[in-house]
Amino acid sequence: MEKERHVLVVFPHPDDEAFGVSGTIASHVNMGTPVTYACLTLGQMGRNMGNPPFANRENLPAIRKKELKDAARAMGINDLRMLGFRDKTIEFEDENMLSNLMSSLITELNPSLVITFYPGYSVHPDHEATGAAVVRAVEKIPEADRPKLHCVAFSRNCVEELGEPDIVYDISAVADIKLDAIRAHRSQTELMLEEMADKLKEKDPKTLAWINNERFWTYKFS
Amino acid sequence: MDPVILSEVQEALDRFKEREVYIHLETTNGAYASHNNESFFSSGAYIRNAKVTYERAKITGEGPFRTGLKIPLGWVYAEGITHFEIDDKGRLLLAGHDFNGKLAVALEISETPFE
Repeated sequence: MEKERHVLVVFPHPDDEAFGVSGTIASHVNMGTPVTYACLTLGQMGRNMGNPPFANRENLPAIRKKELKDAARAMGINDLRMLGFRDKTIEFEDENMLSNLMSSLITELNPSLVITFYPGYSVHPDHEATGAAVVRAVEKIPEADRPKLHCVAFSRNCVEELGEPDIVYDISAVADIKLDAIRAHRSQTELMLEEMADKLKEKDPKTLAWINNERFWTYKFS
Repeated sequence: MDPVILSEVQEALDRFKEREVYIHLETTNGAYASHNNESFFSSGAYIRNAKVTYERAKITGEGPFRTGLKIPLGWVYAEGITHFEIDDKGRLLLAGHDFNGKLAVALEISETPFE
């Protein structure tokens, strides 16, 4: 993993960072690189409420805001930006406004690496719209000055169409931090972690591979 | 939230009768439904802060429950309600959680706009 000047991570939902990139984030933090996480929404439309439910539609945003701050603390992120959008509405927002917002973050922070979702290959409409806004913002920068753009993809057709990810990090050295970040999003991850607990204890190879490998595709500008 | 107690929910519904109230109504399968199961047809609907005045309201069924509000020129209803809560702002929050505990439907009534 190269040492970066500044890493900017842009995702729409609290917990998007935890599964796919929290090990990468923690590794950059450990190298002393400043990391900014810009999170567009508070995941107000999350469906996991705990079982029995400890959250409801109206108190979920406050719960998830706290979980997001806890996760950021676990990863060592000290610049967390909550951008104030509502879950599941990003694709309906004004596209220019979104790209301008991304441009202003890039101008302010001057990151050498930006991480987001790969538009077209990231399943959730908020993921697609967020990744597309970041791509439009980076595209506007003259090619020689652009930061690296690493994208997370997980649609069924992503490997078939994009090829294998060109970046795979083994983050096992910081796997504990990653698990803490996942755990911090309790309302969303409690059920899943319960199912995973035994597999983790037995060191099930599939589960460990899922935790320890973080995969990115360098964005291909056409 | 607690499992629905019919009498408590009905009492709350009656309390908002003939008053201007704000409604939140949503159904959802989650954005990953079709990703996880390609044969699943994903649909949902969402309305927040619709202002209505209803003349009657009823919760009925044997659980999961159905709730209907009769408004001057039409109806608002939700099916699949399993849980309720009257929160610290006096709002009636009704929710339907599926067999995994995930939210599937919500119908909420408040005298002040939802945030």
